Amino acid sequence: MRIHPALSFLAAVLALVAPAVAAPAAEKPDPAADAKAFQDFFRKKFPQVKFEDFVNGPYSMNEDMRKQWEEKEQFPPYEFALEAGKEMFEKPFKNGKTYADCFANGGIGIRQTYPYFDDKEGKVVTLELALNRCREANGEAPYSYVKDEMAALTAYMAYTSRGKPFDIKIPDDPRALEAYERGKEYFYTRRGQLNFSCASCHVQNPGERIRAEILAPALGILNAMPIYRSEWSGMGTISRRFTTCNSQIRGVPLEPQSEEYRDLEYYLSYVSNGLPISGPGARP
Amino acid sequence: MSAAMKAIIVTAILLAAGSAACASSEADFKTAFAAADAAEKEAGRLRNQWTTTEAALATAKKAAEAGNFDEAVKSAQDAEALAKASIFQATSEKQRWKAMEIR
Amino acid sequence: MASSIRVRAIQNGDVTDVQTLIQHPMDTGLIKDAKGELIPAHFIQQLTFEHNGKTVFLADWGTAVSKDPYVKFAFKGGAKGDDLKVSWVDNKGATDSLTAKIQ
Repeated sequence: MRIHPALSFLAAVLALVAPAVAAPAAEKPDPAADAKAFQDFFRKKFPQVKFEDFVNGPYSMNEDMRKQWEEKEQFPPYEFALEAGKEMFEKPFKNGKTYADCFANGGIGIRQTYPYFDDKEGKVVTLELALNRCREANGEAPYSYVKDEMAALTAYMAYTSRGKPFDIKIPDDPRALEAYERGKEYFYTRRGQLNFSCASCHVQNPGERIRAEILAPALGILNAMPIYRSEWSGMGTISRRFTTCNSQIRGVPLEPQSEEYRDLEYYLSYVSNGLPISGPGARP
Repeated sequence: MSAAMKAIIVTAILLAAGSAACASSEADFKTAFAAADAAEKEAGRLRNQWTTTEAALATAKKAAEAGNFDEAVKSAQDAEALAKASIFQATSEKQRWKAMEIR
Repeated sequence: MASSIRVRAIQNGDVTDVQTLIQHPMDTGLIKDAKGELIPAHFIQQLTFEHNGKTVFLADWGTAVSKDPYVKFAFKGGAKGDDLKVSWVDNKGATDSLTAKIQ
């Protein structure tokens, strides 16, 4: 059989277009299925690690490190920050209000509900962002997102929420789903001159060494935040972790709490739903 | 090696020698820097700048200020190549990221 | 300002296990700050533990000890309820001390 070349060309074009049109319907975002697949991946990759133990990062995968850490936890290096955070949290602002006035349940035991999707703003709100907004609403200057005061405050808030499972909700709002999808895209997108995505280290290589460090699994990685890192000789927030990851792969970091990072935190927290808050943590 | 290949290599060597022989001017630097800067701005719009591009741009500027236009042009060209690579990365990853996703 | 010292002393049979965490920058004097200027040395020179007034542990420290140092040791002769006094002096003459009860 002979077909006119123009016709066969048209058919070929149609054949190419058809799946492109059909694809979005087939790929309707399904966060619940994503989270299940994500958690199953890590369970299968590390059958010896108890599910709740993933929040302990490299300590869940290396026996020697675990022993040292258990010893260290009796006198954890984040203790000073924790104490400072409690003091700061309870000290009233100049106008007499406190952080407790900005948060549900007075800010105690609520870490596991952050970040959440704010339907008025149409954007993701993280705990660090909410803390600075609380300060600004009460006439105080915002803190640096990457360390010291912010880390101390979030350390205290995480501490009061220890053991509570991550409970991130994606409301029935197309904008929330979009934020989640953008966060996922950020997580898997390679960037920087070294051409790494978040997943290159924390999905494909957890438990392996990168220089002298042991990479933590992405599952449960935010549950331990903020962390005292011996390498930093100090505390660091989620913002610090994200920006440092970017610069380590030779990418110019975005502004802390820019929309990309907020979406990323939303995605990464959602797929760790069910795992307990273990922050503040200590890492080498 | 084919004759054609040899010819290409010889030409390349001649070109390299030729470009090394003539010193770069401030105008050359300005052109090279503008091109690099434009590419880096584009990478910025794609939210994917590289620290190495930034470093090469800074080196180029510093060399130009010191009047070393040969080095300034070279660094600006490096920066442009890096910026273009980061643009390629950002553009291709728009689709490619899905390959790494856990499903 | 809360104390710079955290101490826990636990009686374990005939030995007392002591754990201490001290908040101190322990600057070596070899590190530069963001402006490129040397951060002057600032470190604990002597750390003392006294049990009922008698020194049971004495450390002469230098710059090789880490920031916020942690110390763990054990000694014999202690009993529950005894006083254990921890004190340090740094190279700038600053000092801090804390008395804890053995548990």
